[in-house]
Amino acid sequence: MVIATLEAEKLSAMRGDRRLFEAVSFTLSAGEALALTGPNGSGKTTLLRMIAGFIAPSEGALRFRGPDGPIEAAEARSFDLHLLGHQDGLKGGRLAREEVVFQALWMGGDAPSALAAAERLGLGRVLALPVRNLSAGQRRRLALARLIAARRSLWLLDEPLAPLDAEHRALFGELMGAHLAGGGLIAAAVHDPLPIVARSLELDG
Amino acid sequence: MRSTVILFRRELGLAWAGGGGPSLAVGFYVAVATLAPISAAAGAWRAGGAAAALAWLVLVLASLLSLERLFERDFEDGALDLLALGPAPLEAVALVKSVAHFTAVSAPLALAAPVVAIALGATPRVAPMVLATAAIGGLAFAFVGALGAALALGSRRGGLIVALIVLPLIAPPVIFGGGAIEACRAGLAWRPALMLLLAWTLGAAALCPFLTAAAWRNASS
Repeated sequence: MVIATLEAEKLSAMRGDRRLFEAVSFTLSAGEALALTGPNGSGKTTLLRMIAGFIAPSEGALRFRGPDGPIEAAEARSFDLHLLGHQDGLKGGRLAREEVVFQALWMGGDAPSALAAAERLGLGRVLALPVRNLSAGQRRRLALARLIAARRSLWLLDEPLAPLDAEHRALFGELMGAHLAGGGLIAAAVHDPLPIVARSLELDG
Repeated sequence: MRSTVILFRRELGLAWAGGGGPSLAVGFYVAVATLAPISAAAGAWRAGGAAAALAWLVLVLASLLSLERLFERDFEDGALDLLALGPAPLEAVALVKSVAHFTAVSAPLALAAPVVAIALGATPRVAPMVLATAAIGGLAFAFVGALGAALALGSRRGGLIVALIVLPLIAPPVIFGGGAIEACRAGLAWRPALMLLLAWTLGAAALCPFLTAAAWRNASS
């Protein structure tokens, strides 16, 4: 059930009558990162949500493969894929600790690893605060904690670095590097270069 | 299985957080029920079965009140994406959320219902029946309400739309429940009406999670 390869074959996306992108093909294998670039509105988020199964491609196909052959897309999405979008799903009224533990548990991790991940991301002091009192960067780090706490191979990241300061960009770069070294896969929509070695795929709109 | 327990506990926590669902719904229920006798000539409807029927109707309205909150926040803050990528299928998520809504909102309302009915002047003899219909009907409202809330996702003024979608759908359980209460009051056979209510609720419980999940998928695409 571990994703070893993600294949996209001639994917096209329509939003209403507008064609966002056409015939996008790539193969992403374990240990590789893919940086999706392109102007605003070129379909980077749409492509990530397509891989996560929220949007059906208007043409083309996505295939997930494990080490021993194809995996059902639904299974890959339910057990071995993380999507971190602009919206982090954190509830403002709940404590940071409650939310990070819930998100990690829901994605298949456990509570101690969720708290350890939060510590690692420098959030130890804010865990007792309600999420709404956190800064944008702290919120993003809280959402990132689930990627580390619940092991899933494929990370789909939408502008993961945007609200982070330089120190935490470097830290997240290290964590992404460790994930790739452990056989993970990363596809990230970015405007700034990723702090790791990544192939680039440009969507030109 | 473990994931559904985790989700259920979170849903209950969310419902109780910030003075939300239960106290709001019960407060609304009691407030409207208090207004009713003031608006009618004193005792004009007490002799008939209107007191228990009114307690039942206001309960239905109070059940609709917090439905909007059920998914809209999860939809807007991205939590629904997270839930969709978890180990449990969306159908199970819909089921858990509906049952949690029942536990957090409908069950407290059902407990308040006999008190409200008696306060309005219903004979205490119908109190157990009011409790039973409110509990069984409340479960139906939770499942159908979840479907309505999912269908209204992404529309502005969702709360009003939820009520408009849900009200016609819950007409059958409202009729069966009202029938059971009235039969009990009049000393007639109440069992058939209660069984119909139960049957309708079980049907809703079996069907609605699938429809709710389908409506979600549509809203998230």
